[in-house]
Amino acid sequence: MLYEILIGPFTEFEFMRRALAGVLALALGGAPIGVFLMLRRMSLVGDAMAHAILPGAAIGFLISGLNLFAMTFGGLIAGFTVAILSGVVARSTELKEDASLATFYLVSLALGVTIVSMRGTNIDLLHVLFGNILALDDQTLLVIAFNATITLIVMALIYRPLVIECVDPVFLRTVSRSGAPTHLIFMALVVINLVNGFHALGTLLAVGLMILPAGIARFWSRDISGMLAIAVASAAVSGYAGLVLSFQTGVPSGPAIILVAAGMYVLSVLFGNVSGLVRQLFPGRHLEA
Amino acid sequence: MRRFRVLLAAVVLAGVLIAPACADDRIKVVTTFTILADFARNVGGDRVDVATLVGPDADAHVYTPSPADAKTIAAAKLMIINGLGLEGWLPRLLKSSGGTARMVVASDKIVPLKASNDHHGEADPHAWQSVANAKIYVENIRDALTAIDPAGSSGYMANASAYLAKLDVLDRDVRAAVAQIPPARRKVISTHTAFGYFAAAYGVTFLAPQGVSTDSEPSARDIARIIRQIRQEKIPAVFLENISDPRLVERIATETGATIGGTLYSDSLTGEKGDAPTYIDMVRHNIKALMGALAR
Repeated sequence: MLYEILIGPFTEFEFMRRALAGVLALALGGAPIGVFLMLRRMSLVGDAMAHAILPGAAIGFLISGLNLFAMTFGGLIAGFTVAILSGVVARSTELKEDASLATFYLVSLALGVTIVSMRGTNIDLLHVLFGNILALDDQTLLVIAFNATITLIVMALIYRPLVIECVDPVFLRTVSRSGAPTHLIFMALVVINLVNGFHALGTLLAVGLMILPAGIARFWSRDISGMLAIAVASAAVSGYAGLVLSFQTGVPSGPAIILVAAGMYVLSVLFGNVSGLVRQLFPGRHLEA
Repeated sequence: MRRFRVLLAAVVLAGVLIAPACADDRIKVVTTFTILADFARNVGGDRVDVATLVGPDADAHVYTPSPADAKTIAAAKLMIINGLGLEGWLPRLLKSSGGTARMVVASDKIVPLKASNDHHGEADPHAWQSVANAKIYVENIRDALTAIDPAGSSGYMANASAYLAKLDVLDRDVRAAVAQIPPARRKVISTHTAFGYFAAAYGVTFLAPQGVSTDSEPSARDIARIIRQIRQEKIPAVFLENISDPRLVERIATETGATIGGTLYSDSLTGEKGDAPTYIDMVRHNIKALMGALAR
């Protein structure tokens, strides 16, 4: 009985196995990125970047139809352009990063909508807006897995400066010049993972599997490596549970995954180890020396 | 200053005198989507100027009107809509455009089918997919044109009866083609339940992975149900349409071993160079695609 509910869908249907593989790859790549976004107080940047990517993907779609590589490539170009331009403006002028990012992503979005409407079709944009985790073909799955792998490798390489920039950017500036490159590489990873996300969840929800697990992890661990592990695990669990939920109840899969993550987030806010509400109301006895 | 005023008056006067002479005296008709526009052109001939709001290859269910559309509507004398809930975006547009066009519902007098996959029990708007219904559309459009332009009535009558005769031939051809398919093989999967009327009229079963409207996202349960159904009932073919996500259908096809039968056009005609620039071409294309996949 339990087997039929929890495992049956995946043994019977290949599309469920593919969806699971896709969502696990997304969890591995996206959740750590989400943790760093959260620590750098850039959680909303993910959402802004998702909007910045949309026009690039839409242009790729218009040029060569539902071609995976054109859409991915267009999205990457648009995302990188916005990330680099806003980074450069923020670091060389008085305008802060959030304001310059907001400016550039809005420009990108406006351009994208203009280009799409010049072609005169409205359905095209919807395809780009709503990716579908149930329709992952070989190509898409490989691209998602490839991007996740790249993300993990690059993160391992820039881990130290990235962590230091999160906690003490001024210190990093005094001991090393790797601050700016690290930041740009990190933004590139954000873009790559967002592009990954929109293949599976669509641009509207792509950010969800990055940010919600990070939020969950914050309530269970105080150190970064713990947070990373918990974020990946909770993203993977919500991906799996979301697929099962969608299979059993008929809720569309993308929203189902995000809603499961949201449920876990609420539980974490209430019962989390670190600054959870219940924990604050009934603090344990202080340890005495 | 005074000279300027005189000049202005002259310009305005000239405009008033010249404008009616320049204006196109054809009757401006606006339709909501391409299939209605095709009917209207066939009935109206040279006397009418037909515009369409949702262009070729676009989806009338989720259309977002533009200011240019409001302008088109405001200029029109006759507005032809499908009705049966297809144009959900229309009422707001009508209000905002302030047009004075007479409106005719082309699906008037058609007995609506219940939308098959829909839980709300609404009518299925895709009535034109049965050629018999298309004839009612054409008659409604003919009557509407005659009502606003009695002078052209003989022309409209002649055009309409010629076109109705073509539709009769089309209807017979479709029936003959379906008769060649073995009854057990008259089953297909298609991305969008637009073929309810076609199914009812010609006895081909259509199953869809999505509900009746293209704007709802399918769940894992829906897809699983379709795959089980294809496996159990041994459905031979899966069809893509010009308006829905083809990746989903490809996934279903590879998972069940059904063949992908090509494209069926449902809600919208293609451009001039496409497979289905007119209604008759569309039905002929669809029946050819169905035959190719089923009659083996």
